[in-house]
Amino acid sequence: MSIDTLARAATGAQRAPQASHLTVAGFLACFRGIVWREVLRFLHQRERFFSALVRPLVWLFIFAAGFRQVLGVSIIPPYETYVLYETYIAPGLIGMILLFNAMQSSLSMVYDRETGAMRTLLVSPYPRWFLLTSKLIGGVSVALLQVYAFLAIAYFWEIEPDAAALPVGLTLGGQFVGFEIPAPFNGYITVLPAIVLSGLMLGAFGLFLSSVIRQLENFAGVMNFVIFPMFFASSALYPLWRVRESSPLLYEICRFNPFTHAVELIRFAFYCQFDLNSFYVVAGCTILFLACAIYAYNPSKGLIARRGPGGPKN
Amino acid sequence: MVETAKLDTAAGKRAPAGGEALLVRGVSHSFGDVRALNEVSLTVAPGAFTVLLGLNGAGKSTLFALITRLYDNTSGEISIFGNDVRRRPSSALQRLGVVFQSRTLDADLSLLQNLTYHAALHGYGRREGRRRAHAALQMVGLDKRAHEKVRNLSGGQARRVEIARSMLHEPGLLLLDEPTVGLDIDSRQSVIAIVRGLVRDHGIGVLWATHLIDEIDPNDRIVVMHKGRVLYSGSVPGLLEAGRASDPASAFRTLTGQPTAEAA
Repeated sequence: MSIDTLARAATGAQRAPQASHLTVAGFLACFRGIVWREVLRFLHQRERFFSALVRPLVWLFIFAAGFRQVLGVSIIPPYETYVLYETYIAPGLIGMILLFNAMQSSLSMVYDRETGAMRTLLVSPYPRWFLLTSKLIGGVSVALLQVYAFLAIAYFWEIEPDAAALPVGLTLGGQFVGFEIPAPFNGYITVLPAIVLSGLMLGAFGLFLSSVIRQLENFAGVMNFVIFPMFFASSALYPLWRVRESSPLLYEICRFNPFTHAVELIRFAFYCQFDLNSFYVVAGCTILFLACAIYAYNPSKGLIARRGPGGPKN
Repeated sequence: MVETAKLDTAAGKRAPAGGEALLVRGVSHSFGDVRALNEVSLTVAPGAFTVLLGLNGAGKSTLFALITRLYDNTSGEISIFGNDVRRRPSSALQRLGVVFQSRTLDADLSLLQNLTYHAALHGYGRREGRRRAHAALQMVGLDKRAHEKVRNLSGGQARRVEIARSMLHEPGLLLLDEPTVGLDIDSRQSVIAIVRGLVRDHGIGVLWATHLIDEIDPNDRIVVMHKGRVLYSGSVPGLLEAGRASDPASAFRTLTGQPTAEAA
């Protein structure tokens, strides 16, 4: 068997694409391939799936149950009544899934860079920004599976969106034409874009981090300095008004933390509401982090170019 | 006649830009204060098997990283079939296949999934990607194991899959970075035979980085690298003449002042 098999026995196969082949179909095939690989890898690593689920569930079933009596939550938007503490921290736990998934992706990028596996991605003829963005979206797709699995389990813990039915349609001549999505399905739908945008922001941040980190060993330290401060100095576990009561400085730090805005964006969207301020912050940070990551992976300007590759050298 | 790096540079300047599968001309690269490559020049012609011979730390992997545009060279020129890798990276990378030194297959995925992923990275849709993947696996004699996970393969079989992967998009130039390291004798010979077959039968230009001198064939072109410099570039007889030796290993030792891994 020779390359003839490749070129011709691949019945009907066309000659290898040249410069002009970078068509929309080619971009789509490349994008689909990268995203599909991320999902496949995740599905093949069942332990990763279960550990990703167990973490927020432990917080929900143990931590939140224990603190239910200690941490009462007053009526604050988007809630229209008193809510249980479990209900309050559910959006924060969604944020936690996204945060850990982003850092896991970042970790695998560092590992791939050390082993050289990432080069297979970067030698693709498609633009590097496109490859990195596709990989980022692949990571968010994986996070989505985790989030909705978590929400499905949380549903049986009576954590569900209870907003009014969501109308979908048009008002023509004073008459509504369309249909209504009842609770809780409406919240599960409206929270989707918020999860995607927050996942992109955190994933882009992880992508940038992966370019900054020299070795896998350094990553553990960065995790401690990134994940825990981001998570705890946010509105994920306690409302900001409570934080302000105990420490005005910490309150300002929490407000400055983009993770706070990701959690709030998810929280409002879960109840079919839109937090414009959080949206601006999360969207802005997504663009900023992604631009930094693309710059860092730029072959002529980026950080990797300055210090050299990981992996074996000879 | 003794062929030197300087002569090769001159030859590179004379060669028409589109004539060489690979043209590296006057490339230097530093990481901070460390100069990894110093005025490196070499060419690989279509249908030529070129051995890049050097010890660990010679700069072979850095050169490969620049050719594959993991990062850009700070000076000099690198072009693949006349396409400058900095100015026209897409055109250059489309004609390039690479087998990296470290194992880069995803062990949790099947052979077929690994290859269709690579096909997607070159813009092939699912159906076309699968067709090419099967054909490429057939080329290296592993089509029957297409649905097995990579972790079930031996080192030599995994290498053959990587070669199949590198050929999926029918490149004109193939780079292989120490592809036989860690393989047993049979696997080494199998890998070498496959790649030499691609050169002989289909005119693929190959740059084969190694520190194992017994992988050299008398008809190969040789580039000797040492401490970031090209010490020699030319034919095997020219290497023997340059090293004033009767065999390539002795010539290499004379040129570099170092033992080869094989000799060690």
